[in-house]
Amino acid sequence: MTKEQALITYATRMGDNAIVMAQRLSEWVGHGPELEEEMAMANFALDYVGQARMFFSYAGELDGKGQSEDDICFLRDGWDYGNVLLLEQPNGDFGEAIARLVLFETFYSLQLEGLVSSPARKLAEIAACAIKESTYHIRHAGHWLIRLGDGTDESHRRVQHAIDRLWTYTGELFEADQVDQIMQAKWEGPDLTVLREQWHRQIDALLSKATLQKPADGWMDSGGKQGHHSEHLGYILAEMQSLQRTYPGANW
Amino acid sequence: MAAQRKTLEASAWEILEQIPDPEIPVLSIVDLGIVRSVEVDGAKVTVGVAPTYSGCPATEVIEDSVVKSLQSGGIDRVSVRRVLSPPWTSDWISDRGREKLREYGIAPPEKGAARGKMLGDTIIAERIVACPRCGTENTRKVSEFGSTACKASYKCNECLEPFEYFKCI
Repeated sequence: MTKEQALITYATRMGDNAIVMAQRLSEWVGHGPELEEEMAMANFALDYVGQARMFFSYAGELDGKGQSEDDICFLRDGWDYGNVLLLEQPNGDFGEAIARLVLFETFYSLQLEGLVSSPARKLAEIAACAIKESTYHIRHAGHWLIRLGDGTDESHRRVQHAIDRLWTYTGELFEADQVDQIMQAKWEGPDLTVLREQWHRQIDALLSKATLQKPADGWMDSGGKQGHHSEHLGYILAEMQSLQRTYPGANW
Repeated sequence: MAAQRKTLEASAWEILEQIPDPEIPVLSIVDLGIVRSVEVDGAKVTVGVAPTYSGCPATEVIEDSVVKSLQSGGIDRVSVRRVLSPPWTSDWISDRGREKLREYGIAPPEKGAARGKMLGDTIIAERIVACPRCGTENTRKVSEFGSTACKASYKCNECLEPFEYFKCI
Protein backbone atom coordinates (compact mmCIF):
# COMPACT_ATOMS: atom_id res chain seq x y z
CA MET A 1 0.00 0.00 0.00
CA THR A 2 1.41 3.40 -0.95
CA LYS A 3 1.32 6.26 1.49
CA GLU A 4 -1.17 8.06 -0.78
CA GLN A 5 -3.53 5.08 -0.70
CA ALA A 6 -3.23 4.87 3.07
CA LEU A 7 -4.14 8.55 3.37
CA ILE A 8 -7.23 8.14 1.19
CA THR A 9 -8.39 5.13 3.23
CA TYR A 10 -7.69 6.94 6.48
CA ALA A 11 -9.63 10.05 5.46
CA THR A 12 -12.51 7.88 4.25
CA ARG A 13 -12.59 5.97 7.54
CA MET A 14 -12.76 9.23 9.44
CA GLY A 15 -15.68 10.27 7.26
CA ASP A 16 -17.30 6.87 7.84
CA ASN A 17 -17.01 7.27 11.60
CA ALA A 18 -18.49 10.73 11.42
CA ILE A 19 -21.43 9.85 9.17
CA VAL A 20 -22.39 6.69 11.08
CA MET A 21 -22.26 8.59 14.38
CA ALA A 22 -24.39 11.32 12.78
CA GLN A 23 -27.02 8.76 11.77
CA ARG A 24 -27.22 7.26 15.24
CA LEU A 25 -27.42 10.68 16.90
CA SER A 26 -30.10 11.91 14.54
CA GLU A 27 -32.26 8.92 15.47
CA TRP A 28 -32.73 10.68 18.81
CA VAL A 29 -34.78 13.45 17.22
CA GLY A 30 -38.32 12.89 18.41
CA HIS A 31 -37.18 10.41 21.06
CA GLY A 32 -35.02 12.42 23.46
CA PRO A 33 -35.83 12.50 27.18
CA GLU A 34 -36.31 16.26 26.93
CA LEU A 35 -36.37 18.86 24.20
CA GLU A 36 -32.99 20.35 25.09
CA GLU A 37 -31.30 16.97 24.79
CA GLU A 38 -32.88 16.36 21.43
CA MET A 39 -31.44 19.66 20.28
CA ALA A 40 -28.07 18.67 21.66
CA MET A 41 -28.11 15.34 19.83
CA ALA A 42 -29.28 17.02 16.61
CA ASN A 43 -26.57 19.66 16.95
CA PHE A 44 -23.92 17.02 17.42
CA ALA A 45 -25.28 15.08 14.45
CA LEU A 46 -25.05 18.22 12.34
CA ASP A 47 -21.42 18.76 13.35
CA TYR A 48 -20.65 15.19 12.38
CA VAL A 49 -22.39 15.48 9.03
CA GLY A 50 -20.30 18.58 8.31
CA GLN A 51 -17.12 16.79 9.31
CA ALA A 52 -18.02 13.73 7.23
CA ARG A 53 -18.56 15.98 4.21
CA MET A 54 -15.09 17.49 4.60
CA PHE A 55 -13.41 14.10 5.04
CA PHE A 56 -15.25 12.57 2.07
CA SER A 57 -14.58 15.55 -0.20
CA TYR A 58 -10.93 15.38 0.73
CA ALA A 59 -10.74 11.63 0.08
CA GLY A 60 -12.43 12.17 -3.29
CA GLU A 61 -9.98 14.96 -4.21
CA LEU A 62 -6.99 12.81 -3.29
CA ASP A 63 -8.30 9.84 -5.19
CA GLY A 64 -8.65 11.97 -8.31
CA LYS A 65 -11.34 9.79 -9.89
CA GLY A 66 -13.94 12.51 -9.73
CA GLN A 67 -15.84 11.06 -6.78
CA SER A 68 -17.89 13.60 -4.87
CA GLU A 69 -18.65 13.51 -1.16
CA ASP A 70 -22.12 12.19 -2.06
CA ASP A 71 -20.72 9.40 -4.25
CA ILE A 72 -18.52 8.23 -1.39
CA CYS A 73 -21.31 8.45 1.16
CA PHE A 74 -24.22 7.03 -0.81
CA LEU A 75 -22.72 4.66 -3.36
CA ARG A 76 -20.63 2.36 -1.21
CA ASP A 77 -21.82 -0.78 0.52
CA GLY A 78 -21.14 -1.98 4.05
CA TRP A 79 -17.89 -3.79 3.25
CA ASP A 80 -16.47 -0.50 1.92
CA TYR A 81 -17.31 1.33 5.13
CA GLY A 82 -14.44 1.55 7.60
CA ASN A 83 -16.19 2.94 10.67
CA VAL A 84 -15.48 1.37 14.04
CA LEU A 85 -18.06 -1.09 15.40
CA LEU A 86 -18.75 1.06 18.46
CA LEU A 87 -20.55 3.65 16.37
CA GLU A 88 -22.94 1.38 14.50
CA GLN A 89 -24.34 -0.27 17.65
CA PRO A 90 -28.04 0.50 18.18
CA ASN A 91 -28.83 3.48 20.35
CA GLY A 92 -30.24 1.75 23.42
CA ASP A 93 -31.33 4.13 26.17
CA PHE A 94 -30.15 7.68 26.77
CA GLY A 95 -27.42 6.45 29.10
CA GLU A 96 -26.02 4.34 26.32
CA ALA A 97 -25.99 7.31 23.94
CA ILE A 98 -24.06 9.31 26.52
CA ALA A 99 -21.68 6.42 27.25
CA ARG A 100 -20.92 6.01 23.55
CA LEU A 101 -20.34 9.73 23.11
CA VAL A 102 -17.92 9.80 26.03
CA LEU A 103 -16.01 6.70 24.92
CA PHE A 104 -15.74 7.74 21.29
CA GLU A 105 -15.29 11.50 21.62
CA THR A 106 -12.46 11.06 24.10
CA PHE A 107 -10.70 8.94 21.50
CA TYR A 108 -11.70 11.18 18.60
CA SER A 109 -10.46 14.42 20.11
CA LEU A 110 -7.08 12.79 20.81
CA GLN A 111 -6.98 11.43 17.28
CA LEU A 112 -7.76 14.88 15.85
CA GLU A 113 -5.11 16.50 18.02
CA GLY A 114 -2.67 13.94 16.69
CA LEU A 115 -3.43 15.05 13.15
CA VAL A 116 -3.20 18.83 13.37
CA SER A 117 0.49 18.90 12.53
CA SER A 118 0.34 16.28 9.78
CA PRO A 119 1.99 17.22 6.49
CA ALA A 120 -1.28 16.10 4.89
CA ARG A 121 -2.26 19.73 5.17
CA LYS A 122 -5.93 19.60 4.33
CA LEU A 123 -6.48 16.69 6.74
CA ALA A 124 -4.71 18.74 9.43
CA GLU A 125 -6.97 21.71 8.68
CA ILE A 126 -10.13 19.61 8.88
CA ALA A 127 -8.90 18.15 12.18
CA ALA A 128 -8.33 21.64 13.59
CA CYS A 129 -11.92 22.58 12.72
CA ALA A 130 -13.38 19.36 14.12
CA ILE A 131 -11.52 19.60 17.45
CA LYS A 132 -13.50 22.68 18.47
CA GLU A 133 -16.71 20.72 18.13
CA SER A 134 -15.40 17.56 19.71
CA THR A 135 -14.39 19.59 22.77
CA TYR A 136 -17.91 20.73 23.55
CA HIS A 137 -19.40 17.33 22.69
CA ILE A 138 -17.19 15.78 25.38
CA ARG A 139 -18.03 18.52 27.82
CA HIS A 140 -21.75 17.98 27.37
CA ALA A 141 -21.62 14.18 27.38
CA GLY A 142 -19.20 14.24 30.34
CA HIS A 143 -21.65 16.36 32.37
CA TRP A 144 -24.37 13.83 31.66
CA LEU A 145 -22.19 10.83 32.48
CA ILE A 146 -21.49 12.34 35.90
CA ARG A 147 -25.12 13.27 36.44
CA LEU A 148 -26.36 9.80 35.50
CA GLY A 149 -23.59 7.86 37.24
CA ASP A 150 -23.79 9.90 40.42
CA GLY A 151 -27.57 10.24 40.19
CA THR A 152 -30.30 7.83 41.25
CA ASP A 153 -29.87 4.10 41.73
CA GLU A 154 -31.61 3.49 38.45
CA SER A 155 -29.62 6.00 36.42
CA HIS A 156 -26.40 4.65 37.93
CA ARG A 157 -27.32 1.06 37.15
CA ARG A 158 -28.33 1.84 33.60
CA VAL A 159 -25.33 3.94 32.65
CA GLN A 160 -22.99 1.40 34.26
CA HIS A 161 -24.66 -1.28 32.14
CA ALA A 162 -24.13 0.89 29.05
CA ILE A 163 -20.41 1.34 29.76
CA ASP A 164 -20.06 -2.42 30.38
CA ARG A 165 -21.88 -3.29 27.19
CA LEU A 166 -19.97 -0.89 24.96
CA TRP A 167 -16.56 -1.59 26.48
CA THR A 168 -15.96 -4.57 24.21
CA TYR A 169 -15.98 -2.21 21.21
CA THR A 170 -13.34 0.16 22.56
CA GLY A 171 -10.34 -2.08 21.83
CA GLU A 172 -10.74 -1.55 18.11
CA LEU A 173 -10.14 2.18 18.47
CA PHE A 174 -6.50 1.52 19.30
CA GLU A 175 -5.82 -1.42 16.99
CA ALA A 176 -3.33 -0.18 14.43
CA ASP A 177 -3.61 -1.87 11.05
CA GLN A 178 -1.45 -1.13 8.01
CA VAL A 179 -3.31 2.09 7.26
CA ASP A 180 -2.76 3.46 10.76
CA GLN A 181 0.87 2.39 10.69
CA ILE A 182 1.55 4.17 7.40
CA MET A 183 -0.32 7.24 8.67
CA GLN A 184 1.92 7.34 11.71
CA ALA A 185 5.15 6.65 9.84
CA LYS A 186 4.64 8.76 6.74
CA TRP A 187 2.06 11.41 7.65
CA GLU A 188 2.94 12.11 11.28
CA GLY A 189 -0.39 10.63 12.35
CA PRO A 190 -1.15 9.64 15.95
CA ASP A 191 0.62 6.78 17.70
CA LEU A 192 -2.29 4.61 18.82
CA THR A 193 -0.31 3.09 21.68
CA VAL A 194 0.30 6.50 23.22
CA LEU A 195 -3.23 7.56 22.43
CA ARG A 196 -4.58 4.52 24.26
CA GLU A 197 -2.74 5.51 27.44
CA GLN A 198 -4.06 9.06 27.25
CA TRP A 199 -7.56 7.77 26.61
CA HIS A 200 -7.43 5.47 29.64
CA ARG A 201 -6.25 8.32 31.86
CA GLN A 202 -9.09 10.60 30.77
CA ILE A 203 -11.73 7.87 30.94
CA ASP A 204 -10.49 6.79 34.41
CA ALA A 205 -10.85 10.34 35.70
CA LEU A 206 -14.32 10.75 34.27
CA LEU A 207 -15.61 7.35 35.41
CA SER A 208 -14.40 7.90 38.94
CA LYS A 209 -16.07 11.31 39.03
CA ALA A 210 -19.26 9.63 37.83
CA THR A 211 -18.86 6.93 40.55
CA LEU A 212 -18.78 4.27 37.84
CA GLN A 213 -16.69 1.11 37.67
CA LYS A 214 -14.25 0.70 34.85
CA PRO A 215 -14.84 -2.65 33.14
CA ALA A 216 -11.91 -5.04 32.94
CA ASP A 217 -10.30 -5.29 29.51
CA GLY A 218 -11.45 -8.65 28.19
CA TRP A 219 -12.10 -9.92 24.71
CA MET A 220 -12.50 -7.06 22.28
CA ASP A 221 -14.61 -7.08 19.14
CA SER A 222 -13.10 -5.56 16.02
CA GLY A 223 -13.08 -5.58 12.23
CA GLY A 224 -15.08 -2.46 11.41
CA LYS A 225 -12.10 -0.56 10.04
CA GLN A 226 -11.51 -3.39 7.58
CA GLY A 227 -15.17 -3.53 6.54
CA HIS A 228 -16.26 -6.50 8.69
CA HIS A 229 -19.36 -5.10 10.34
CA SER A 230 -22.16 -6.19 12.61
CA GLU A 231 -25.59 -6.53 11.04
CA HIS A 232 -26.54 -3.08 12.34
CA LEU A 233 -24.57 -1.11 9.76
CA GLY A 234 -26.65 -2.56 6.93
CA TYR A 235 -29.83 -1.04 8.35
CA ILE A 236 -28.19 2.35 8.77
CA LEU A 237 -26.96 2.37 5.19
CA ALA A 238 -30.26 1.05 3.83
CA GLU A 239 -32.06 4.00 5.36
CA MET A 240 -29.42 6.60 4.58
CA GLN A 241 -28.89 5.47 0.99
CA SER A 242 -32.46 4.56 0.08
CA LEU A 243 -33.04 7.65 -2.01
CA GLN A 244 -29.93 7.26 -4.13
CA ARG A 245 -30.61 3.55 -4.53
CA THR A 246 -34.19 4.13 -5.61
CA TYR A 247 -33.53 7.13 -7.82
CA PRO A 248 -29.85 6.97 -8.83
CA GLY A 249 -28.40 10.43 -9.41
CA ALA A 250 -31.40 12.20 -7.86
CA ASN A 251 -30.63 15.81 -7.08
CA TRP A 252 -32.55 18.79 -5.75
CA MET B 1 -3.59 49.58 -12.79
CA ALA B 2 -2.64 49.27 -9.13
CA ALA B 3 -5.15 51.95 -8.23
CA GLN B 4 -7.88 50.19 -10.15
CA ARG B 5 -7.18 46.92 -8.42
CA LYS B 6 -7.34 48.67 -5.09
CA THR B 7 -10.68 50.18 -6.00
CA LEU B 8 -12.14 46.84 -7.01
CA GLU B 9 -10.93 45.29 -3.76
CA ALA B 10 -12.31 48.16 -1.69
CA SER B 11 -15.69 48.06 -3.37
CA ALA B 12 -15.84 44.29 -2.90
CA TRP B 13 -15.26 44.76 0.84
CA GLU B 14 -17.92 47.46 0.95
CA ILE B 15 -20.45 45.07 -0.57
CA LEU B 16 -19.38 42.20 1.68
CA GLU B 17 -19.92 44.37 4.75
CA GLN B 18 -23.57 44.70 3.77
CA ILE B 19 -24.24 40.95 3.50
CA PRO B 20 -26.15 39.73 6.56
CA ASP B 21 -25.49 36.40 8.21
CA PRO B 22 -28.63 34.38 7.34
CA GLU B 23 -29.09 33.10 10.89
CA ILE B 24 -28.21 36.31 12.76
CA PRO B 25 -29.09 39.04 10.26
CA VAL B 26 -27.97 41.82 12.59
CA LEU B 27 -24.38 40.71 11.92
CA SER B 28 -22.71 41.08 8.57
CA ILE B 29 -20.51 38.25 7.41
CA VAL B 30 -17.55 40.61 7.84
CA ASP B 31 -18.53 41.32 11.48
CA LEU B 32 -18.81 37.57 12.00
CA GLY B 33 -15.18 37.24 10.91
CA ILE B 34 -15.68 34.64 8.23
CA VAL B 35 -14.53 36.73 5.25
CA ARG B 36 -10.83 36.01 5.24
CA SER B 37 -9.59 37.52 2.01
CA VAL B 38 -10.50 39.35 -1.16
CA GLU B 39 -8.09 38.63 -3.99
CA VAL B 40 -8.22 40.61 -7.20
CA ASP B 41 -6.78 39.24 -10.40
CA GLY B 42 -7.59 41.56 -13.30
CA ALA B 43 -11.38 41.74 -13.29
CA LYS B 44 -11.73 38.52 -11.31
CA VAL B 45 -12.43 38.57 -7.58
CA THR B 46 -11.93 35.58 -5.29
CA VAL B 47 -13.38 35.76 -1.79
CA GLY B 48 -11.99 33.48 0.92
CA VAL B 49 -14.72 32.40 3.34
CA ALA B 50 -14.21 30.33 6.49
CA PRO B 51 -17.01 28.02 7.70
CA THR B 52 -18.11 28.51 11.31
CA TYR B 53 -19.40 25.12 12.48
CA SER B 54 -18.57 22.14 10.23
CA GLY B 55 -22.22 21.38 9.67
CA CYS B 56 -23.55 24.94 9.63
CA PRO B 57 -26.40 24.88 7.12
CA ALA B 58 -25.80 28.56 6.37
CA THR B 59 -22.38 27.98 4.79
CA GLU B 60 -23.69 27.37 1.29
CA VAL B 61 -26.30 30.13 1.58
CA ILE B 62 -23.54 32.56 2.53
CA GLU B 63 -21.31 31.51 -0.35
CA ASP B 64 -24.23 31.93 -2.70
CA SER B 65 -25.08 35.39 -1.39
CA VAL B 66 -21.44 36.49 -1.71
CA VAL B 67 -21.50 35.65 -5.41
CA LYS B 68 -24.93 37.19 -6.03
CA SER B 69 -24.27 40.38 -4.05
CA LEU B 70 -20.94 41.06 -5.71
CA GLN B 71 -22.45 40.42 -9.12
CA SER B 72 -25.35 42.75 -8.54
CA GLY B 73 -22.76 45.29 -7.34
CA GLY B 74 -21.19 45.18 -10.78
CA ILE B 75 -18.40 42.67 -10.14
CA ASP B 76 -19.13 39.96 -12.66
CA ARG B 77 -16.35 37.46 -12.24
CA VAL B 78 -16.61 36.19 -8.69
CA SER B 79 -15.60 32.95 -7.06
CA VAL B 80 -15.61 31.79 -3.46
CA ARG B 81 -12.82 29.79 -1.92
CA ARG B 82 -13.47 27.91 1.31
CA VAL B 83 -10.71 28.59 3.83
CA LEU B 84 -10.27 26.13 6.72
CA SER B 85 -7.10 27.51 8.22
CA PRO B 86 -6.80 29.15 10.66
CA PRO B 87 -10.15 27.75 11.84
CA TRP B 88 -12.89 30.18 12.70
CA THR B 89 -13.58 30.62 16.40
CA SER B 90 -15.88 33.08 18.14
CA ASP B 91 -12.77 35.25 18.70
CA TRP B 92 -13.02 36.24 15.03
CA ILE B 93 -16.20 38.24 15.69
CA SER B 94 -15.33 41.94 15.53
CA ASP B 95 -15.87 44.33 18.45
CA ARG B 96 -18.50 46.10 16.38
CA GLY B 97 -20.14 42.71 15.80
CA ARG B 98 -20.18 42.00 19.55
CA GLU B 99 -21.85 45.33 20.23
CA LYS B 100 -24.46 44.65 17.54
CA LEU B 101 -25.18 41.24 19.07
CA ARG B 102 -25.69 42.77 22.51
CA GLU B 103 -28.01 45.46 21.19
CA TYR B 104 -29.97 42.78 19.37
CA GLY B 105 -30.46 40.86 22.64
CA ILE B 106 -27.91 38.11 22.10
CA ALA B 107 -25.14 37.91 24.69
CA PRO B 108 -21.85 38.00 22.77
CA PRO B 109 -19.14 35.39 23.38
CA GLU B 110 -16.26 36.41 25.61
CA LYS B 111 -13.01 37.06 23.81
CA GLY B 112 -10.00 34.81 24.18
CA ALA B 113 -11.86 32.09 26.03
CA ALA B 114 -12.32 29.91 22.97
CA ARG B 115 -8.90 28.37 23.38
CA GLY B 116 -9.52 26.93 26.82
CA LYS B 117 -9.79 23.17 26.90
CA MET B 118 -12.37 21.58 29.09
CA LEU B 119 -11.28 18.07 29.81
CA GLY B 120 -10.76 16.11 32.99
CA ASP B 121 -10.96 18.28 36.04
CA THR B 122 -12.28 21.40 34.40
CA ILE B 123 -15.27 19.64 32.88
CA ILE B 124 -17.56 21.16 35.48
CA ALA B 125 -16.51 24.75 34.75
CA GLU B 126 -19.37 27.00 33.69
CA ARG B 127 -19.05 30.35 32.02
CA ILE B 128 -20.44 33.54 33.46
CA VAL B 129 -22.71 35.13 30.89
CA ALA B 130 -24.03 38.66 31.39
CA CYS B 131 -27.63 39.48 30.50
CA PRO B 132 -27.63 41.53 27.28
CA ARG B 133 -30.59 43.58 28.55
CA CYS B 134 -29.86 44.51 32.16
CA GLY B 135 -26.18 43.60 32.32
CA THR B 136 -26.30 41.47 35.47
CA GLU B 137 -24.16 38.36 35.71
CA ASN B 138 -26.88 36.68 37.73
CA THR B 139 -28.08 34.45 34.90
CA ARG B 140 -28.57 30.76 34.38
CA LYS B 141 -28.15 28.40 31.48
CA VAL B 142 -31.36 26.80 30.29
CA SER B 143 -29.79 24.75 27.54
CA GLU B 144 -26.40 24.67 25.91
CA PHE B 145 -28.20 24.25 22.61
CA GLY B 146 -30.57 26.73 21.07
CA SER B 147 -32.26 27.80 17.87
CA THR B 148 -29.05 27.51 15.84
CA ALA B 149 -25.80 25.58 16.24
CA CYS B 150 -23.97 28.69 17.43
CA LYS B 151 -26.31 29.73 20.25
CA ALA B 152 -27.22 28.57 23.75
CA SER B 153 -30.37 29.46 25.73
CA TYR B 154 -30.10 31.45 28.96
CA LYS B 155 -32.40 33.18 31.38
CA CYS B 156 -31.73 36.30 33.46
CA ASN B 157 -32.47 35.80 37.16
CA GLU B 158 -33.00 39.55 37.71
CA CYS B 159 -34.94 40.96 34.78
CA LEU B 160 -36.34 37.44 34.20
CA GLU B 161 -35.98 37.71 30.42
CA PRO B 162 -34.88 34.67 28.47
CA PHE B 163 -32.04 35.40 26.08
CA GLU B 164 -29.66 33.73 23.70
CA TYR B 165 -25.92 33.50 24.12
CA PHE B 166 -23.59 33.26 21.16
CA LYS B 167 -21.45 30.33 22.24
CA CYS B 168 -17.78 30.69 22.74
CA ILE B 169 -15.93 28.08 20.72
